[in-house]
Amino acid sequence: MRNHQTEDIICAISSPPGVGAIALIRLSGAGSVNLVNQVFTKDIKAAKGYSVHFGNIMKQDQPLDEVVVTIFRNPHSFTGEESVEIACHGSVFIQQELLSLLMAHGSRMAEPGEFSKRAFYNGKMDLTQTEAIADLIHSESEGAHRLAMQQMKGGISKELGSLRDELIKFAALVELELDFAEEDIEFADRGELIALVKSVLLKVNKLRDSFQFGSAIKEGVNVAIVGKPNAGKSSWLNALSDDDVAIVSDIAGTTRDKIEVPLILAGTKFRFIDTAGLRETLDVIEGMGVERAKDVITKAEIVIYMFDIAEISQTYLDDAIKYVKNLNNTAEILLLANKVDTSTQSLGAYGHEYSHFANLYFVSAKDPESVEFVKKEIVRLFNQNKVSSNDIVVTNARHFEALRNASIDLEKSLQGLENQLSGDFVAMDIRQVIHHLGSITGEITQDNLLGHIFKNFCIGK
Amino acid sequence: MHQEYDVIVVGGGHAGNEAAAAAANLGSKTLMITMNMETIGQMSCNPAIGGIAKGQIVREIDALGGYTGIVTDKSAIQFKLLNLSKGPAMWSPRAQCDRMLFARTWRLTLEGLKNLDFWQDMATGITTENGRVTGVKTGMGITIKAKSVILNSGTFLNGIIHLGEKQYGGGRMGEKASHGITNDLEELGFQSGRMKTGTPPRVDGRTIDFSKMEIQDGDTNPGKFSYSNETKNLTTQKPCWITYTNPEVHEMLKTGFDRSPMFNGAIQSTGPRYCPSIEDKINRFAHRERHQIFAEPEGWDTVEYYVNGFSTSLPEEVQSAALRLIPGFENAKMFRPGYAIEYDYFPPTQLKHTLETKLIENLFFSGQINGTTGYEEAASQGLMAGINAHQKVHEKDPFILNRSQAYIGVLIDDLITKGTEEPYRMFTSRAEYRILLRNDNADIRLTELSNAIGLASDERLRLVNHKIKETKELVDFIKTTSVDPEFLNPILAEIDSSPIKQKMKMDNVLTRPGMHLSQMKRGSKALTKYISEKDFDTKEVEEQAELLIKYAGYIDREKEVAEKIERLEYVKIPDDVDYDKFSTFSNESKEKLKAIKPATIGQASRISGIKPSDVSVLLIHLGR
Repeated sequence: MRNHQTEDIICAISSPPGVGAIALIRLSGAGSVNLVNQVFTKDIKAAKGYSVHFGNIMKQDQPLDEVVVTIFRNPHSFTGEESVEIACHGSVFIQQELLSLLMAHGSRMAEPGEFSKRAFYNGKMDLTQTEAIADLIHSESEGAHRLAMQQMKGGISKELGSLRDELIKFAALVELELDFAEEDIEFADRGELIALVKSVLLKVNKLRDSFQFGSAIKEGVNVAIVGKPNAGKSSWLNALSDDDVAIVSDIAGTTRDKIEVPLILAGTKFRFIDTAGLRETLDVIEGMGVERAKDVITKAEIVIYMFDIAEISQTYLDDAIKYVKNLNNTAEILLLANKVDTSTQSLGAYGHEYSHFANLYFVSAKDPESVEFVKKEIVRLFNQNKVSSNDIVVTNARHFEALRNASIDLEKSLQGLENQLSGDFVAMDIRQVIHHLGSITGEITQDNLLGHIFKNFCIGK
Repeated sequence: MHQEYDVIVVGGGHAGNEAAAAAANLGSKTLMITMNMETIGQMSCNPAIGGIAKGQIVREIDALGGYTGIVTDKSAIQFKLLNLSKGPAMWSPRAQCDRMLFARTWRLTLEGLKNLDFWQDMATGITTENGRVTGVKTGMGITIKAKSVILNSGTFLNGIIHLGEKQYGGGRMGEKASHGITNDLEELGFQSGRMKTGTPPRVDGRTIDFSKMEIQDGDTNPGKFSYSNETKNLTTQKPCWITYTNPEVHEMLKTGFDRSPMFNGAIQSTGPRYCPSIEDKINRFAHRERHQIFAEPEGWDTVEYYVNGFSTSLPEEVQSAALRLIPGFENAKMFRPGYAIEYDYFPPTQLKHTLETKLIENLFFSGQINGTTGYEEAASQGLMAGINAHQKVHEKDPFILNRSQAYIGVLIDDLITKGTEEPYRMFTSRAEYRILLRNDNADIRLTELSNAIGLASDERLRLVNHKIKETKELVDFIKTTSVDPEFLNPILAEIDSSPIKQKMKMDNVLTRPGMHLSQMKRGSKALTKYISEKDFDTKEVEEQAELLIKYAGYIDREKEVAEKIERLEYVKIPDDVDYDKFSTFSNESKEKLKAIKPATIGQASRISGIKPSDVSVLLIHLGR
């Protein structure tokens, strides 16, 4: 088993989970250097082993990140193969983008423990480490599976279930006309098969786009800013973004609709969503805004509940928390007592009186220190919520890869059907689709397909 | 009285015959024990060989030096190549046979083998010594010694025939069941189970009104199964006939449901889902107002007809009454009613890839005893068991076909790795590499392998090598010779394909949809001349060359996938691996691995419930 031949280039994040100052992304496999060369500003094709290069990683002609690239030549690397290590900035967003870029250029996500496995095959590891590697593979697989399952709560698992059903139905119909051509049954015509494959394709693409880096990371972490009218929400949004986005006035109810501001804080993308003031209103237009505000809360990962410090009371805070929890039980809540600059009371006394409220802070949008503090607090709340951001990146990247490949092969089967190819050739592409999606939908075997056929068609003489 | 044999083959059906022939031809002293010498090579059910996926298996048997293809060709009364509208992987030969001629041809073929002896008796058990089989015990109370034994019991082990509320012991209508072996094997530690199958009534053709049925003729240019020159293509054929049931038929059948062993609980065992009885069909697919029925002749001369699609175990008078409501069968007289039969099988996960049992050395199982159904599936297992029994007793390497080499490889690997819950039948969808396993190239895939162990004759190998060489030359000629627009464009116009503007290499045009070599010949004098100068029948070579050019992309792609995946097939797992020591495996994985004892990493990865991470861990352990 020595000198194990593998042609795939694998990549993965090698630094420990969580947001650090820098992260390390590792590639291994013959051709790794050339692959990185395609997205790197310096020419490293002929670079020597152990050489280090500083430059930019480019994505569609835009610099993605300033990085340090280290070259390892076969066999002098951890795995014994040609390898590259890219030290990039530690943000989840950047790691995510970088990984997807490397995959778009032909590498694939490493399987759990695959670097160690390759190192072992290439004689880089002691035999006594065998069991340790086995444990590693096992625990990483379990972990990845658990995380994947966690991320597939609710809507997505339902989507997956129906994707699986449709895929089985489609594949079974294609097999039906092959293996049971002699049976006295009605076969699906090409139009029907095309409609089916399109429907499966739609589902796969939808999932692919939702999984692509998890909506939280790709689209930004949703932060809802809510509170009664004139609590200062729009002012805060402007302060956080250094930009006059929301229409700010002293008249309560100025903000009629939610306004979104994307912001990158400590490398994570956040979407701050200002909402119409929470006030039952007779104004029809504002009323619609209130409904939408509730919707924003239910979808948020962090809810900033903002109020004028003058209104503070035990009951007021209890009601605020209850209000948010009713709509969204899992979001982190940040209570901001605003406009401390207008307050005549001593802040120290407030702080003492309400110290049992976690995440309650006394702030002012006009005070730059307040603004910085709130930004840091938001990042902290997000990170404490995610056990290990790297794991999420990796799991998502795997799913994304599977879905992307499935989508490509579904397109091929669609083309085949449209070009009147015989079913046995179309089936080749479908088998690839099933293979790709196996890790997400659960395995689909020939028995599933035959089961579907025997259940739905009267087969047999 | 008896000498010690190298191989004893128990049973003279499709599996037993191939097993006996293979072992004898390879040079083993072989004895066939059968309960009745008159019923060797019976077609217990439909009088046909081949069909989709099954036809490919028969071609493989023939390429390996088995006889099913030859016997079929010699007794065929109709030949069809099915699925021609699909890609070449789906083209599947099927022949209707003269049932009596088929059996007679088998018997005479076996009698012609010099290493094969016969003994009419019932095998009732085996004798063993130190976990190795040493002989067969028989109903006459004698023990015949052998170095290896192949059991091909078909439906005979503790067979029970159901006909309405009647039940009686039997292995086939009118033949007694075989007792003893199951108990014997269970005492040795084997697990057994029950399976069920059924067959339709046979009727008197003189009482069928064919004018009320659609005719179904054989192919205009019938092919054949055997690659050898030993058999000839049919020059005359007999047709089959198609008719349909109707709601009245269904209502009549329902009057017998309370006496049906299928519905009243008399039959508990599993029958095949793809071969349901007519009562099952109208029960499960109640919305269907009609089901197709084929009247298939049982031979050239006999008036007996097989009523395909009407498998049933309802009381005989209900069968007859319902049959008479089907157009064409109004006055039909039954020769024999349909019936269901239950029999013992041994879950095939107890076998190795050679079909030798894991528990008892040199004991082999093939055919329905392994939970399969079908003549072709049985015959191919018999062939492989016969070969491997010979190899084993002569201390030669096992002969194993993998999944990318043959349907036979898929069949055996599926059986021993996954087991089967219902009678296992081959479908093309069971094969991962369908495009590679075509009926046209079984000889190219397999004959050399078989010749290397001494089974397929040198003459067979010469034929294959000639075909390979001529095909390559023709492909090269097509790839390097241009065709003129002036001559080709009229032909392209016929198939609605756009004209070519300048001279082009022929392969570029041949890959177009609807374009075939026959049309190319009309458009290219050079090609016609090249082919006409050959002094042999170039039909097979032309077909092969056309396929290789037209489908090159798909074939290459499938080969690539196969090679990538099959790397795992070459990583052997030693017999003595202690799965309990692997702390990372779940208990479920451990139990499955311990039960199946996969021979290779590839096989391990196909066991249901074994995760990719388990396979990685196994690989790591084997890296030692």
